[in-house]
Amino acid sequence: MSSVADSPGSLAVWCNGLTKRFGRREAVHSVSLEVRRGEVVGLLGANGAGKTTLIKMMLGLVRPDAGEVMLLGQPGTDPLSRLRVGYLPELFRYQPWLNADEVLKLHGRLAHTQLSADDRLELLSMVGLHDRAVDRVGDFSKGMQQRLGLAVALVGDPELIVLDEPTSALDPLGRVEVRDLVLKLRDRGVAVLLNSHLIGEVERVCDRVVILDHGRLVAGGTLAELLGQRKVTLRLNNVTEQAHERLRASGVVEREKDRYTVTVSDGSGDDGAGTDNFDSADADVSRLVADLVGLGVHVYGVERSRISLEDRLLGILRAGAESDSTRDVGS
Amino acid sequence: MTTMTLRPSTPAARVRSILTIARLTLREAMRKRVIWALLVLSVLLLTLTAWGFSQLSGMDTSMGRLTSGQSRLLASQLLNLVMFGMSMIVALGTAFLAGPTLGGELESGVSLAMVARPVHRSSVLLGKWLGLVVFGSVYICIAGLAQMLVVRVTVSYWPPSPILALGLLALETIVLLTLALLLSSLISPLASGITTVGLFGATWVAGVVGGIGAALDNDGVARVGTISAILLPTDGLWRGAMHAIQDPTALIQMDAAAEGFPFISSSSLSAAYFAWVVIWIVIVLTLCLVSFRRRAI
Repeated sequence: MSSVADSPGSLAVWCNGLTKRFGRREAVHSVSLEVRRGEVVGLLGANGAGKTTLIKMMLGLVRPDAGEVMLLGQPGTDPLSRLRVGYLPELFRYQPWLNADEVLKLHGRLAHTQLSADDRLELLSMVGLHDRAVDRVGDFSKGMQQRLGLAVALVGDPELIVLDEPTSALDPLGRVEVRDLVLKLRDRGVAVLLNSHLIGEVERVCDRVVILDHGRLVAGGTLAELLGQRKVTLRLNNVTEQAHERLRASGVVEREKDRYTVTVSDGSGDDGAGTDNFDSADADVSRLVADLVGLGVHVYGVERSRISLEDRLLGILRAGAESDSTRDVGS
Repeated sequence: MTTMTLRPSTPAARVRSILTIARLTLREAMRKRVIWALLVLSVLLLTLTAWGFSQLSGMDTSMGRLTSGQSRLLASQLLNLVMFGMSMIVALGTAFLAGPTLGGELESGVSLAMVARPVHRSSVLLGKWLGLVVFGSVYICIAGLAQMLVVRVTVSYWPPSPILALGLLALETIVLLTLALLLSSLISPLASGITTVGLFGATWVAGVVGGIGAALDNDGVARVGTISAILLPTDGLWRGAMHAIQDPTALIQMDAAAEGFPFISSSSLSAAYFAWVVIWIVIVLTLCLVSFRRRAI
């Protein structure tokens, strides 16, 4: 995941073996995670996977039972490690009796940063609230409160921003704005840890993704590493046992009536998600089809596709659920 | 964006964080309805007492017209009663403010973004405590002084130690809000407010019971008041404040029965008890800090 040169001190986030139990339930189990400076990392997982607890442990809001955290080179136990850290919580609430400008002023003081009136207006403009500076937060809609939360997260020129479901209350336009904002932050060298259920959002902006399942880190890597799989769906008839073996030799086979889906690992060294380096895969598929025809199989259709992040996530989560149920039956 | 970061590692920066939170808490108190409820109740009480006390002078009773001395004595007792009402209003107001300001923010999620800032949790808690202390103390001093002035204007009675009395009433408020803060870090804001008020009332009743026990020379019953005044010093402080408000001749005139009367205090506050109150506040605030530092937000 990271090069040897990435010492904990040089990273935006370094977590090692973070574990948290709530009563008998283990919310997070020995999670180690790194976010490099200037990198956008997506945090994915089902509800209750432990994503928010992990974030809260990083930010000193929840005390871990085991493990350590370093933020921007300083131990997470020291509040000053959060000096250049912005945070938009999943539950975004700000003092309803203050106005938007006063909320920013408050967070500026707490971040030991002097924000001029122009700075505050600029922050509000970045999230589309420049004309609501003196309005009471209590009168804001949820979407506006989330926008204010984004502005709050940007207070103090952060070098790391943690966004926990930053677009949950936003309209489609707002989501695009947040996506653009994250990309702008990356361009400025700000590290972003993004927890979002919107996989498309994560796929578009993240350099790397980590997937949590039942409190454990089950997969992680660049999108190219995670999505280095392709699917070939064939509509076949007269499939003999020999043809079955040929299909299985190409990859994992799933069958639904006459549709055979073969998931093949992409060993071609694809250098980026979204780029279609199909040359070698094309040859593989051609050979497969030729072999099947040679074995007397009637081929009615061939459809190739790249595995999406959503497919990959669902595959991982379902595999986790199946292994859980197997464990339950076995025990 | 041009920002200038102040040096955050210095003790001065920590004090600045505490003062920021204290100012925020004060602003919260001023902008929330609790201040208006307190104001309305206090003005109502002041108006009623102004009218009531003005009726005392020259009042006809079954034993004849009250002399000015008798009026003063009666005013002294009534002032204790009214000040009790006043202290109760402020205590309840502050207790119900202390709960939401910590527990409410924890429950609603307002604390999330604040505690994730480069501030120690102890600074957040001390800031809230300080804000509440300033609010409660200033309010009780202003309202209490106004009450004393009303009595002075209407029946020319002025308490023997007004500053001590107001100081003790402020301390009583501080004790109660510290307890409310501790409870709100453990239970829901509403439950903490109700429990605080319940304990305040129970301690006052225990103080009255203890006084009756002392009047009847029943050590067991008298001990109820002593123990409750140690566990929660609100009633002990209130009795000290009463002693500073009341006419010294009241005790002589009422003799032993004074001990059993809930609005007369037979003794002033001892230095040892005062020291205990300070220790009590430090202990409860420390417990509150420990609880808040360990709490998952």
